[in-house]
Amino acid sequence: MKADTVHLRIHSQTEKLNLVREFIGEAAREHGFDEEAVGKIMLAVDEACTNIIKHAYGYAPDRTIDLEIQIAGDRFDIVITHSGKSFDPTAVRKPDMQEYFKKYQRGGLGIHLMRTLMDGVEYEALPDSRNLVRMYKYLPHEDRKQR
Amino acid sequence: MSTFKIQVRESSGINILELKGYLDAHTAPELEKAFQGLLDTKKFNIIVNCRDLTYISSAGLGVFMAYIEDVRKNQGDIKLSNMSPKVYNVFDLLGFPLLYDITTDEAEAMTKFKGGK
Repeated sequence: MKADTVHLRIHSQTEKLNLVREFIGEAAREHGFDEEAVGKIMLAVDEACTNIIKHAYGYAPDRTIDLEIQIAGDRFDIVITHSGKSFDPTAVRKPDMQEYFKKYQRGGLGIHLMRTLMDGVEYEALPDSRNLVRMYKYLPHEDRKQR
Repeated sequence: MSTFKIQVRESSGINILELKGYLDAHTAPELEKAFQGLLDTKKFNIIVNCRDLTYISSAGLGVFMAYIEDVRKNQGDIKLSNMSPKVYNVFDLLGFPLLYDITTDEAEAMTKFKGGK
């Protein structure tokens, strides 16, 4: 029986990204995603956590990031919360890659990847000054039927 | 245990970086160091062999962006070879094949260097 909510708490350290990917990968596989989709979800969540570690926490290593898998209807949701600087990934404009390459720019691609890889990315400022990023992908059809 | 490894070797004046494992925000500084080491010693003809690269995130792509301009200004290039379809997809999603020369294997990249690109 698949649990509908699974939770992981990590410290805000890039060395924990490996653990995040394993956690997300296992959950996504359990819900019937194929390897290609599993890879996409893992990368999107890695990018979200990397952004939080870098920008919301400014590399402070002793803060926490909470990840929760929620299954609601036909959706596989990953809810990421943190108490760092508020940071709304949905407010960032999609980069023009031609311009990006012409100017040899760096950075800013994580959010673009998150949006490209997932079916949806949402941001919410929580009342307790925490921040929530919700990313989701629709479940594969077979897994939907079993539920 | 480290999740990422780089081996550097040289063949007919071309410098080859072999990447192994997971290239993410945690391990990207190791690749930066390797590129910096090559540039400091004026080695600008670089092949990055991705045969054993299992994973790349945007932090890894950022390292390639950081060095390509300097390398090309010095008449060199960073050519990428032997990518798995999974790793190639990440490059492709962001349009990186527009800027980078991505070859099937190392030999093809070598030939392009020798033939003047």
